[in-house]
Amino acid sequence: MSRAVPSKHALNIIDRPIARNKLDIPTVSLSAFAYLFSELISYAMDRAASITELEDRLDRVGYDVGCRMLELLSYREKATRRKPEILDMLKHIHSAAWPYMFGKTADDLQQANAADDEYMISDNDLLLGRFISIPKSYSSFVPGSLVAGIVRGMLDSAGFPARVSAHFVEQPSSSKPTTTILIKFDASVMQRQAALDAAKRG
Amino acid sequence: MPPGPRPVPQLEQINAEIFTLTYGSIVRQLIADFEDLDEVNKQLEKMGYNIGVRLVDEFLAKSKQGRCSSFREAAEVVARQALPMFLNVSAAVTNWSADGTECSLVLTDNPLADFVELPDEYRSLRYSNLLPGVIRGGLEMVNMEVDCRFVQDMLKGADCYELRLRLKEHKDEQYPFKDDD
Repeated sequence: MSRAVPSKHALNIIDRPIARNKLDIPTVSLSAFAYLFSELISYAMDRAASITELEDRLDRVGYDVGCRMLELLSYREKATRRKPEILDMLKHIHSAAWPYMFGKTADDLQQANAADDEYMISDNDLLLGRFISIPKSYSSFVPGSLVAGIVRGMLDSAGFPARVSAHFVEQPSSSKPTTTILIKFDASVMQRQAALDAAKRG
Repeated sequence: MPPGPRPVPQLEQINAEIFTLTYGSIVRQLIADFEDLDEVNKQLEKMGYNIGVRLVDEFLAKSKQGRCSSFREAAEVVARQALPMFLNVSAAVTNWSADGTECSLVLTDNPLADFVELPDEYRSLRYSNLLPGVIRGGLEMVNMEVDCRFVQDMLKGADCYELRLRLKEHKDEQYPFKDDD
């Protein structure tokens, strides 16, 4: 009989160990998560009256996840300073949050041409949407709305209120559309960024 | 084929914490929608049932498990193969009743409830109620009607997670069509 390891749930929640090392993070099978996600969509579809409401519900679920995920990530990174710059925060999402969630960095991080408060993060093959096929009647639904909610939660808890949405962009080279997360920062964030830039220059 | 521990097939893995956080977020949404904790428990079980119905197909396909000859074997398979395959936790089967129709599945670790603390006013919430639903749905698809509930929950102060699994009846194979149509 192997030595019984005391379950971490037996400890007070504050004393429970959190994996510090990237390699120690426990995993579950992708199928389990895919099933959970599909049940969530099924439940939300029942309660929602329209596609926008459905995406709203997913966004709200993702928001809660994002707030907590930022704390976990920051704890692991041992970062001692907050990131007031927009680009730093976005790079953190692109290169730290994405591998944490999906095992690879996001494929693209761009600034929109038209407006300077809009940024886009793209993923060519969103892990969440791999087992989802969208019927014609729901053609404008994007399963990436959950991820958009997660990003919104992370940005909000880091002090960057923004409007985040997910879109499909058809790719000429592949049959699968790319999921693009569009981030539109609030005016307060842009003002702060401008003040920071001015302080750096002056 | 000699019975014995078969190697558990390794499925593609994803970070467990995002799974835990998403489940927590779903429970929070349900509480906000329903407000009545009994309703939330029922809804979680129903969601679990829907998952279980589809999960058993994947389990049988990937583990190449043959037909279980008895409820006892089925319970062992659930604890030793299915739970580790999907959730990376293992369970022990204990406390068999005298006639072999009831048993307990004991888990020491529950990824659904990892960062969770249950406040006092939610004592009647069965937080991990998705899991009994999955087991019920899966077993029903292989013609065993069972009743599955949590009897010990670590979130409420117990020292392990214990699921009580009770066989209600073996159903006959249902044909999806009538012969005389």
